[in-house]
Amino acid sequence: MKFAFYPGCVSRGGCPELYPSVLAVAHRFGIELDEIVGASCTGAGVLQEKNRFLGDSLNARTFAMAERMGLPIMTICSTCQGVMAQAHQRLRDEAYRAQVNEVLKEEGLEYKGTVEVKHMLWVLAEDIGVEEVRRKVVRPLSGLRVAPFYGCYIVRPSGPLGYDEHPERAESLERVIEAVGATVADFPGKTRCCGFPILTINEPASMRMVAKHTLEAKEHGADCMVTPCPLCHLNLDGQQPKAAMAASQDIDLPILHLPQLVGLALGLDSNVLGLGRHIQTTYSVLMKVGVQVH
Amino acid sequence: MQITLRVKRYNPEAPEERRSWTQDYKVDVPEDSTVLDSLIQVREYVDDSLSLRCSCRGAICGSCAMRVNGHAALGCKSKVQKLLGKDNVIAVEPMGNQPVIKDLVVDMTVFWDKIRQVQPWLQPQGPEPEAEYVAPNEAMQHLVGVMGCIMCGACVSDCTVLEVDKNFIGPAALAKAYRFVADPRDGHAKDRLGLYNKAGGIWDCTRCFECVQVCPKGVAPMDRIMALRDQAIDAGFIGSYGARHAEAFASSVEHSGTVNEMSLVVNTFGMFNLPKLLGLLPLAIRAGYKRKMPPLFHKPVEGIAGVRRIFHKAEEQQKAARG
Repeated sequence: MKFAFYPGCVSRGGCPELYPSVLAVAHRFGIELDEIVGASCTGAGVLQEKNRFLGDSLNARTFAMAERMGLPIMTICSTCQGVMAQAHQRLRDEAYRAQVNEVLKEEGLEYKGTVEVKHMLWVLAEDIGVEEVRRKVVRPLSGLRVAPFYGCYIVRPSGPLGYDEHPERAESLERVIEAVGATVADFPGKTRCCGFPILTINEPASMRMVAKHTLEAKEHGADCMVTPCPLCHLNLDGQQPKAAMAASQDIDLPILHLPQLVGLALGLDSNVLGLGRHIQTTYSVLMKVGVQVH
Repeated sequence: MQITLRVKRYNPEAPEERRSWTQDYKVDVPEDSTVLDSLIQVREYVDDSLSLRCSCRGAICGSCAMRVNGHAALGCKSKVQKLLGKDNVIAVEPMGNQPVIKDLVVDMTVFWDKIRQVQPWLQPQGPEPEAEYVAPNEAMQHLVGVMGCIMCGACVSDCTVLEVDKNFIGPAALAKAYRFVADPRDGHAKDRLGLYNKAGGIWDCTRCFECVQVCPKGVAPMDRIMALRDQAIDAGFIGSYGARHAEAFASSVEHSGTVNEMSLVVNTFGMFNLPKLLGLLPLAIRAGYKRKMPPLFHKPVEGIAGVRRIFHKAEEQQKAARG
């Protein structure tokens, strides 16, 4: 199984622990990742608010590169996935695609409209399959209660994200949590916003979102939370101390990236997975699943 | 078919400890029933104490918005068959972000207050025409999408910002605001944009798509809010952190193809905005300690000229489209 790998900006920026953990987990499942060299940011919805055509053209450029590689794209960020999926849907329109291709022409690129874009979560749940994930587990995370946190852009708007054809995607994260032997700590906020997009604009509201989701997850018995979105991770993990201070309450909830949770169950080294590089320590999780910390 | 409606109930007149509870109603309903049909059946034949609002039963009046299986929807537009979960249960709750009066009936005072806040009436400028105001057909056709709003409150119910900040004007009112900014007969677009640009306005939206997802009429409030942001910047309202963030984000991607998180933060707050920058210090120290800092030097992606060309052409095209 081979993918054109789109790592996004944050996996090598504010969440540098994500990139190596993706590579390590992909390797264990025999997923070959061929990185798209020269791909740009998706626009993250920010460029799209300014100029949608600009955002779609940048994504079409990436799609054209993947098409040239003859591979489907694998993303590792809910926001990248959602923004690409929306552009992908608009670019189905031939006349619009021709307009965009006019802009790509000078770089010698053309997007023909054939590429598929899939988040790693769906690759694990659908292409690899939860049964295969379960088979590869060498360190079952039994006893660990994990709250799923999807990130808006991998659930909404559901149309471009393929939920009509794949209704099971609504529970994909829960299925992966169960496949690695952990228990799902379900809570109402799992598909809500983490608050990251308004962090610089309305920080108090953003902090209240972090506190609300993490505390609610804890109320539902979570030992940790897992997310397929590094932007959610930046807020839920990185801003957790500030959110706790604003809420005048301890939170102390470790937030794991999806490949870190899976990697732990595959027996991968916690240093390779970058579990020591979080703002909120993951020590309690490692202790609970019996990993020696050195 | 037999279904179970799991209804969140609320009786303000009951003693405090028994005011709120969840009640299961097992009912036999025809296969093409809606959630509203089923609730009416409960009220008529099983429990006449159940309170709900409804009128047209055809997705026109907007009275029967409620949360169905956790998401806001019109009861009359929600087919039972598509919603059945485990054991044929459908969860029904009142809308969120508005106080409950009784059972599924909420107090929409805040909703209407926010609508009033955006001045939802035409404010033409200049002398009144002798006959009617004339507007180009295409402009009004564009507005039809927003004017389709039936004020049901579904978007407000599921707005993630309103959950934590009651000051936010919210999706319904801002979609209504867009309707007047985009109306060629209105003469106060700039004043309006100035009003909506304030705290609690267009920049407080998280772009979470909840309102787009739950709107039963395809109004897509979030898309209207994004259009208002673009127009506010175009009208010269560039001082807010939101506008500065959008600008800094675009210049980072244009410069290197990817986002430079360091410069994004500094350019959003301003190089000399010491209180804000100092506020970031604890996080910067923690991130440095955990080797979690984004790279200081940002190398452009291979083929950056192609990215910059796209920026140039797309901006040119936008300018041409705006005349």
